[in-house]
Amino acid sequence: MSVTTRLGRPGLRLSLGVAGAAVAWVALYWVNEPFWTWLIGEAAGLDLESRLGSGVWFFFYDTIKIALLLTGIIFVVTVLRSFMSVERTRALLGGKREGVGNVLAALLGIVTPFCSCSAVPAFIGFVAAGVPLGVTMSFLIASPLINEVAIALLLGLFGPGPTLLYVAAGVSIAIVAGWVIGRLRLERWVEPFVFETRLRGQVIDSTAHLTWPDRVQLGIDEVGTILRKIWPYLLVGIGLGAVIHGWAPENFFATYAGRDNPFAVLIAVVVGVPLYSNAAGVLPLVDALHDKGLPMGTLLAFMMATVALSLPEMILLRRVLKPKLIATFVAVVAAGIIAVGYLFNAVLPV
Amino acid sequence: MHIKVLGPGCANCVNLEKNTRAALASLGMEASVEKVTDYADIAGYGIMRTPGLVVDEQVVLSGRVAKPAEIAQLLAGR
Repeated sequence: MSVTTRLGRPGLRLSLGVAGAAVAWVALYWVNEPFWTWLIGEAAGLDLESRLGSGVWFFFYDTIKIALLLTGIIFVVTVLRSFMSVERTRALLGGKREGVGNVLAALLGIVTPFCSCSAVPAFIGFVAAGVPLGVTMSFLIASPLINEVAIALLLGLFGPGPTLLYVAAGVSIAIVAGWVIGRLRLERWVEPFVFETRLRGQVIDSTAHLTWPDRVQLGIDEVGTILRKIWPYLLVGIGLGAVIHGWAPENFFATYAGRDNPFAVLIAVVVGVPLYSNAAGVLPLVDALHDKGLPMGTLLAFMMATVALSLPEMILLRRVLKPKLIATFVAVVAAGIIAVGYLFNAVLPV
Repeated sequence: MHIKVLGPGCANCVNLEKNTRAALASLGMEASVEKVTDYADIAGYGIMRTPGLVVDEQVVLSGRVAKPAEIAQLLAGR
């Protein structure tokens, strides 16, 4: 049964609206490159081979391309995710053993609608309902690591291969790190009030009973919310990327952080952890550095460290976790990211 | 009627409070609106995705910012 027959006229308008937006999206994506080549190369008369010309061209072309990708993918992902909810994820995880639970939690972390501002209530809700600590951690690691912004940008800048690789690596890290934390039996380092929290009242499934227009509206709202939040990071990232693209000497980064430096991945992670940014700020930079000859493993490790581990998130988690557990969490996840970085550098061609 | 807006103070919570007040105004209803920011209290209501809306100790909405019209429906039905 199609959406339109079930919803009647408003449904038809909605379908036409979504279809129209999709056509406009494809058209814009398609004219982006020739338009800037024409405007900057012909109309403004800059030499696109020169540093200034290529830098300016890269900045505008990249900004529009990334904005389009973000809009499209955030919308689609939000509408799809509106069929899942944190409540349903918790119900699926209830009673699962560790191991199986970690795998399931990491996978559900990708598809569950979630934002890092809800990390603390979700943690309490999971643990107080009896979901094991390690399984909860697998969910909380996977959820920010594999997010729609990262996927949109990876697809746009690097294509489906590296995107799949990133997702597989992120899921593996979430599974293994959560499992290790579970094995270490660190429940004593969780703030006691978490276990004492009594869950009263009925549970509301936050996305049940939504109609198609509701889901589309959620998608549109989410595009606005995320773009408003990330655009400063994105512009700084693309700006830095453009500078590196146009001005950095060809072998500058490769000499210091290239394949031959055995510490490159380690340094990338150590630099990435305290750096507070998100996928939108880091990926344009990663793209420019990749052009300058840095290997993919080192760059993905840098990105994962920035996205998965950040100071503000640690401060948030401090409400429910004692410092020792936060330190263990950072160490285990960082170790996983470093291992993935070296593995990719070893198996991937340049 | 006593309304609680649950959330640690992120943009979504602020928007939900704004929409709730707009809904009350459109219905011409009087109600006290309280913000609950303590994580233990929020989790106690079973909310795992902020923001949440609680009317007379009953959770009526969680995980998204509803528009004033939808909140008005939720409130009018009580």
